[in-house]
Amino acid sequence: MKAFYDNDDDESMAPAVHFENVGVRYGMGPEVLRDLTFSIEPHSFQFLTGPSGAGKTTLLRLILLSVKPTRGLISLFGEDVSRISKDELTDLRRRMGVVFQDFRLLDHLTTYENVALPLRVQGKEEASYRNEVVELLRWVGLGDRMHMLPPVLSGGEKQRAAIARALIVRPDLLLADEPTGNVDPSLARRLLRLFIELNRLGTSVVIATHDFSLMDQLNVRRLVLGDGQLHIDE
Amino acid sequence: MSDLPPPRSSKPPPQQQGQRPLPASLRRNAPLVPVDSAGGRALAAVIAILTFLAALCAGGAELVATSSEQWRSDIAREVTIQVRPNAQRAIQADVDRAVALARQTPGVQDVQAFTREESERLLEPWLGTGLDFDDLPVPRLIVLKLEARARPDFGPLRQALKEQVPGATLDDHALWVSRLSTMANTIIGIGAALVVLVLVAAGLAVTFATRGAMAGNRDVVEVLHFVGASDDFIAREFQRRFFKLGLRGSAAGAGAALLLTVLLGFVTRSWRASPAGDQIEALFGTFSIGWRGYAIVVLIALAVAVITGIVSRLTVRRFLNGNG
Repeated sequence: MKAFYDNDDDESMAPAVHFENVGVRYGMGPEVLRDLTFSIEPHSFQFLTGPSGAGKTTLLRLILLSVKPTRGLISLFGEDVSRISKDELTDLRRRMGVVFQDFRLLDHLTTYENVALPLRVQGKEEASYRNEVVELLRWVGLGDRMHMLPPVLSGGEKQRAAIARALIVRPDLLLADEPTGNVDPSLARRLLRLFIELNRLGTSVVIATHDFSLMDQLNVRRLVLGDGQLHIDE
Repeated sequence: MSDLPPPRSSKPPPQQQGQRPLPASLRRNAPLVPVDSAGGRALAAVIAILTFLAALCAGGAELVATSSEQWRSDIAREVTIQVRPNAQRAIQADVDRAVALARQTPGVQDVQAFTREESERLLEPWLGTGLDFDDLPVPRLIVLKLEARARPDFGPLRQALKEQVPGATLDDHALWVSRLSTMANTIIGIGAALVVLVLVAAGLAVTFATRGAMAGNRDVVEVLHFVGASDDFIAREFQRRFFKLGLRGSAAGAGAALLLTVLLGFVTRSWRASPAGDQIEALFGTFSIGWRGYAIVVLIALAVAVITGIVSRLTVRRFLNGNG
């Protein structure tokens, strides 16, 4: 995997995400998102906000390539995604970490196995990541929960497990959908510090939230979605 | 603890004081794709039943193949001359003449004429004992044993018998051999076709089960994609899961088929003295399938497990391609 600190080659300087006139409609309905033109620069930090139902999750899914745009161009890490192969799609997803609003932990795997999943699917041996996963679990306060299955974890614990799973691969781009929605304010602050630390190490971070108290803690770019269009507060 | 753990390229820091040491095992080798236990058990049962049927078909075909090889070579190596009594001729002289003619035929290893007493004994099962055969025109039989793999031309012998021993007929059992061969080959062919059909049915059952498992695990598959799993990785996980299921089912089915064969072997041995047992033994030989039969059953069990794995993998690949 490419080192975070290596900013010298061209690819690392290309925007992590670039949208140009992107629009999405479901079926024959109206466009839920339209004329989206923006970039997410390498090493940048931004909030994605807007009222409920404004399309934050759809926008994140567009970046994750799980929803196809009905028009416009999307490029990820300098690569036009309209005609990429399945293998290239897999490679791009391995450079992204994602925290879902509903966590999406696999209920039949322990917390440890869930957090280690992105490394396991890359075919890595357990011995090569074991210490690292345990260390991260302890850092997010799940050291004594690592053998538990998600159904017995609290909402906050699931959220932290989901965040740990997104961070374990040190992604180039982190997408987090309401990552502090289920935790108390002090833990929310701690998790935000974690994202800032990750960003300091080179990851571009996009946090989708409508929690103003969280956004007010940090003076960074805000991408505001409303009426299907994007407005950027620098 | 305000900072992230250091980058992966550097060594992990020593464990902090007071932290418990890592447990010996952290991964339980849990499958990534859970095939629900009820569905899995049902599929294993279907595979067990299909393997059982396939193993029985293959075992039966093998039994017939082995026995028929024996019949065919025995019958084909034996030719008989029947000398019918004729009031105007001395039958013993005719028999001697026929024996002499048969001995001159190349490819004939041994010629044995049944004596009058032996010929009469052959009729006993039909006519009973204590009968005076003097008044009956009992034909006499001459048995010619052929050399192994010899295919003598009986035309000259037949012609010589016609000229020198009127009333003698030569029977080389060609019709019987051909009928028996056709029957045995038909049974073997039907057995093989049934095995193929059962394997196809197993493949179809696995296809449906895999599609069901994929549909039931759509969320799991989506998460695996998001965390960077390739289609091939997901297909391999399904294949591993279904191969194990298939192996479990096919081992049970093949085990049951082998057990049944052994039991039938015992039963037929205990029947051996009875007329029905004799008939069964005449047709199938002793009811045991030998090492080749056991090997075929084990191979079928393995083939079913491998087919299960491969079919599930192909189904997953197709499903994933069809669903973007």
